[in-house]
Amino acid sequence: MNSDDASGGADGEDRPPMTAARYEDGSLTCPPHPVGPDGSEPVGEVDLSTHEADVVTWTTSHATPPGVREPNTLAIVEFDVDGTPVRALGQCTTDEVTVGDTVEPVYVPELRDPDAGIRERESQRWDGYRFRPVE
Amino acid sequence: MRDVAIVGASMTSFGVREGEWVMDLLAEAGRACIDDAGIGSDDIDHLYVSNMASGEFEGQTGIPNALAHDLGAIPAYTQRVDQTSSSGAAGIYAAWQSIASGASDLTLLVGGEKMTHRTTGESTDIIASLTHPVEYKQGVTLPSFAGLTARNYLDTHGAPREALGHVAVKNHANGALNPKAQFRKEIDLETALDSPMVADPLRLYDFCPVTDGSAALALVPAEHAESYAGEFARIAGIAGATDTHVVHERADPTHMGAVAESGSAAFEQSGFAHDDVDVAELHDMFTILEVMQLEALGFEATGEGWRAAMEGRTAREGELPVNTSGGLKSKGHPLGASGVAQAVEVYEQLVGEAGDRQVDADVGLTCNVGGFGNCVLTTLMEAGG
Repeated sequence: MNSDDASGGADGEDRPPMTAARYEDGSLTCPPHPVGPDGSEPVGEVDLSTHEADVVTWTTSHATPPGVREPNTLAIVEFDVDGTPVRALGQCTTDEVTVGDTVEPVYVPELRDPDAGIRERESQRWDGYRFRPVE
Repeated sequence: MRDVAIVGASMTSFGVREGEWVMDLLAEAGRACIDDAGIGSDDIDHLYVSNMASGEFEGQTGIPNALAHDLGAIPAYTQRVDQTSSSGAAGIYAAWQSIASGASDLTLLVGGEKMTHRTTGESTDIIASLTHPVEYKQGVTLPSFAGLTARNYLDTHGAPREALGHVAVKNHANGALNPKAQFRKEIDLETALDSPMVADPLRLYDFCPVTDGSAALALVPAEHAESYAGEFARIAGIAGATDTHVVHERADPTHMGAVAESGSAAFEQSGFAHDDVDVAELHDMFTILEVMQLEALGFEATGEGWRAAMEGRTAREGELPVNTSGGLKSKGHPLGASGVAQAVEVYEQLVGEAGDRQVDADVGLTCNVGGFGNCVLTTLMEAGG
């Protein structure tokens, strides 16, 4: 696997990348999977945290589960990585978001309280990226 | 493969069943189905139990064996079937396989869930635990998927927000006639459109409730059906399919790929055309899902499904009555029971036992959705006898 194009984060600080996997047919997925849409294994990675994206759709959830902020504005966004689209879902930094907005990923150490929900804290990571509209 | 028939059906009242737990509900529906089919519990070869999360909801596991004991069905083979919200229809598939293959000559399927002792937030979290870790950590819930998708659908197809309200109004009108529905009240469009916002742009009346309940079916080889019941229903086609685990990876978020796949396969197996279907129960966990299923199943053109309820075509008096039971929206959605209860409604329509909800039907369809279209089963049933 070629991971030369994955970096340490939006500002070069010590934070994990927002990793998308690239597959043999050139397609990308975020998150990475053991096999891609074409059935092939990943051949590389891209750090999406250094890219901007456009909002495809959004919602504000007013009935959130234990450990999740309320309200919780979420968006599905689409990145354009050298002509290849890849979508991601994440929280927004503001409730003021509309379809077509350009956003950038912003690192958050803890997106929800890992001890409040049903899933085991140690079973997964809880940090990640929110989307902030670009002024 | 043998043809398979349904010769008995039952469901408990759906709603808040305070003081009753999952085993109570399963046993109530199971016993009622045994009585309805006129069978002996010791004649049951296979017993399937559709349930998503009894361990997570109330700390009760091992329910298939417990139910076999409670029903007096020992030593029947038994198995739990979990496919999240489509556990019910996945149970129908397992039960159908058991008869079709010759492994069983009499199979009882019971689906059920006990949920209302949990807060809405806790129930939502248990259900959301089916999501991918990258979704779960963002606080995604199934209702929030519905909000994201509804906005995308309305924007893409230029559909008015009122269209979804008409789905809620229709299904509440049907549920008002169902003595076992959780909500037995009609609502008007203004009530639906002015209700509290839950997941923008969707409001309270766009969502199904949290529900306790159970439903059951008795299945036998079709060649033996007349010895059990004068009126019965034949399973003409049944098929399941999956879509991506991560919802945002779907090429078109407004297209339910697994619905299309399972529907196409079930129609092909049945030999029926869309025009043959007289009644349908669709998985309206959220109003937008009824619209999207009408399109993915091929009853409505892409981007046009929102018109169906507005124009009355899916009303009881319409060309294709949809969710005559009240649907998940009004009848309620006890996860593991819902797919079974959909088939109970179609069975009752086909054998003429639907009471005030009765429509003229010889062929019916159910579509049961797990996750947000992650797992789907479509079933076609035909009146027999």
